[in-house]
Order: sequence, then C-alpha cells, then structure tokens
Amino acid sequence: MDIQLGLAGKDFVILLADNQITNSILTIKHDEDKIYKLSEHVVMSVSGEPGDSSNFSEYILGNTVLYNIRNQHELSVDSCAKFTRKELANALRSRSPYQVNYLIGGYNTISQKPALYRIDYLASIAKVEFAAHGYASYFCYSIFDRMKKPDLTQDEALDILAACVNELTRRLVINHSSYTLKLVDSNGVRVINGEELLKRTSAK
Amino acid sequence: MSLDKVLKYTSASKTNPYAFDDDENFLKRDVTDNISHFDFKFAPVLKPAEFAKSHIDVKSQKDSLIKLAHGTTTLAFKFKNGVIVATDSRATSGNVIASQTVKKVIEINPYLLGTMAGGAADCSYWERELGRRCRLHELANKERISVAAASKLLTNMVYSYKGMGLSMGTMISGWDKKGPGLYYVDSEGQRIKGNLFSVGSGSTFAYGVLDTSYRYDMETDEAIELGRRAIYHATHRDAMSGGYVRLYHIKKEGWEFIGLEDVEDLYYKYNNQE
Repeated sequence: MDIQLGLAGKDFVILLADNQITNSILTIKHDEDKIYKLSEHVVMSVSGEPGDSSNFSEYILGNTVLYNIRNQHELSVDSCAKFTRKELANALRSRSPYQVNYLIGGYNTISQKPALYRIDYLASIAKVEFAAHGYASYFCYSIFDRMKKPDLTQDEALDILAACVNELTRRLVINHSSYTLKLVDSNGVRVINGEELLKRTSAK
Repeated sequence: MSLDKVLKYTSASKTNPYAFDDDENFLKRDVTDNISHFDFKFAPVLKPAEFAKSHIDVKSQKDSLIKLAHGTTTLAFKFKNGVIVATDSRATSGNVIASQTVKKVIEINPYLLGTMAGGAADCSYWERELGRRCRLHELANKERISVAAASKLLTNMVYSYKGMGLSMGTMISGWDKKGPGLYYVDSEGQRIKGNLFSVGSGSTFAYGVLDTSYRYDMETDEAIELGRRAIYHATHRDAMSGGYVRLYHIKKEGWEFIGLEDVEDLYYKYNNQE
C-alpha cells in the first residue's frame, strides 16, 4: 500500500513517499522516513517486503557511502541506480531474492542534469521523467501524463505532486496522513515540508 | 544452548549430515556466519526448511504436528520517566487455554526487556541468545550495549532465517546513554523505532485505549495505570488474551517489576469504581 512518487524537472528531482509502516490492518508507525539519502546529490525511496526493504537499502547505502569515502569522490545518480539494479539482479536468481522497489533520483554534478530511475523487484531499470510504484501508479501516471511539460519548475512540480496526493486521498481506500518529500538539485538534498504540500492540495 | 557457548563447550558432532545436501549453495547464500556456529537439529529430509514449514501451524489454521502458542497482548511505550512494558499471561493452543501464567516479558539483563508474541520458543530462544551477545558486548567493550544495537543484533539474527518459519513479534526496550529506548522487531526482519507499540491478537484493543489517553509527559503512576488498563481492556475483548497483567517500568537505574494482577480482580475493581 506504500505510496512512492518521483518527478524530474528542469534542474531538480523530487521524491515523495508516505510515512506509514503497516502490518495487515494495522498502522504501526506514522512518521517513518522512507527516503534514504545516499550521498549529497542522490536520494532513494523504498517500498516492498518489510525486512528486505530496510536490510537491502542499508546495504546499498553502506556501500555507496563506503565508495565515496574510499575514492574521495561522489558516486553519481546514474551509477548509484545501476549499482542498485545490479545487486538486485544478482539476488533475483538466488534462493532469496529481495522483494523491493526503488525510485532513485538525484542531480548529476558533472553533466549538470537531474536524473530519475525507476527500479522494481525484478531488477528492471528505466530512466524516466516521472515515476510511481504500487497502487499509486494507477492513479498518478495519468496525472503526470496530463500535467507534464518540458523544463518543469519546482513550483509546477509541487503542483503536480499536490494533484497526485489530492487524487490519492479522494480515490484510494487507504488514506495516508503525511508524506515525506525530498528535493535534489545542484545545492544538494532539501526536505520539503509535507504539510506545505497538503496545504497546496486544499488550496485548489 | 546459550550457556554452553559462553563456557566454550563444544559438542562432539558439529556437522549435520542431513542438512541441505541437495544444494551446497543454500548455506552459502542464505545463511550468514551467524548461523554456522549453531548446530540445530534438522529433519532428515532433502529440504528441512520446507519440511518444517509444512508441519508447523503458524496461523492456527491447519491441523499440524506442531502447534504454536498463539494469541497475546503485549505493549510498551516511552514516556518522560522511562518505558512502561505490559503483557497479558495467557497461552492458547487451538481452542484450549494452555496456560494462564505465562511470563511474556523476557529479562535480557537489568537494563533490557524483551516481550514475547508469536512462537514462544522462538522468542525465548532468540532473546536468550540476544542476552548472551549483549553480555559479550559488555565484556568486550567495557560498557553496556545500547538498545539500538541490541535490537539490531536480534533483527540480524532472525533476518538470516527469513522464510524458514520463525514467528516472533517482539519489543526490545531499555535504558542506555541516550535515555529510554524502544524498538519493534519481528521475524520478517523488520526493526522499527517508536514511542508506542502493541503486538499480538489483542493489540488493536490495546491500541484503542493507549492512543486515546497517551501523552509523552504523563506522570509515572498515570503511565503504569494506562499500561494496566490497556492490557485489561484487551483481555476483556480478545478471547486469546487473559490471565494476569504483568507490568514493568524501565528507568535510569534499570527495569523495575511493578506487579502481576489478575484481570478478574481488575474487572471487579474497575466495575465497582463506576
């Protein structure tokens, strides 16, 4: 039931994820941050099988941080995504594949371009402008298609995400009370207040 | 099992001739170093894990050989003066009450408590093993283990057995350098930090009472009463929970056992108040 959205704009990427951890009909946590910061310019949002998602993500996080320390150089978004995909693909044909889905977004400081990758549990990878996982994808892809335009500004991107959240609260049986939003641009990662986004929704 | 590890006792046979000989890679891929020094008895079949799964009744649906004790209400919450841990004491097996005097709180050490929900054997075994590792941490580092680290040890241990039939939902709570600590750990490999958790079949009832009256800045008496009431109301509505309310308060000096109260006595106490 996790909500995971991602949007790449002109010079930035925004990831959105809900804050709930659920166990069948129970919500056991309301304020979990599911968006990991891999490095100064790369973030990764996670959903999927409970134990796998944290365990595999911590493995990816640990290894990217280790790379950055060893080489005194930051792994780019593109490399982070491809590394994650490869690890997932190797595990896929083993006895215990990881059932996790990822959105990896960031700003490539060399090419000076934002990038957003969608990786699913079958280790397929796609570089996209916008992405969603899970039930949210049924509601949000049409909104993305309708509202997308080249060189989105941050304000326009937040409007799109607000429209998505609005639609999810209106039509999806499960209601998510809060969201985490992380924006990456040349200045690094910035957390956007989820409340602000919800205000945008109610303003419309 | 745990004690003989501390005493460096080694049994004669370390290898199991039956385990996983259909696929050597099984051990290499699934099972980390954690496991290799445990010598569990495996069923003498090609796939012991599959065999075990098909004979263990995890969801009380099948007429299995091994019936796990099910149905529990356990809770723990942080507040300004520490952590309150409360449990019921009933064990059910099918439609029988197997026991009314189960101790579902595991005293890992004077500063750490674990709660028990799901498979009783899994919980008590792995939390005892956790106690051993916590002691080794103390001996090696000359300082007590943090609640975060202790709960991580437990998750890593059970995660390596994921999909092999373990069943446990536990809350690891204690007091360390950072103050009160509380984590939810389960056999899925999940580990969640939080202020308030409840686990077991009666957890929804307990959550109902807890969420309506919980405040972080409660006084100790108030917090203990909230824990007691939440378990009491859960035992009242959940047929699989009952017996006694067992209460603990964890503070800076370590945990303190508050008491064991018969829910029947509580029933008359609360009803005469009104």
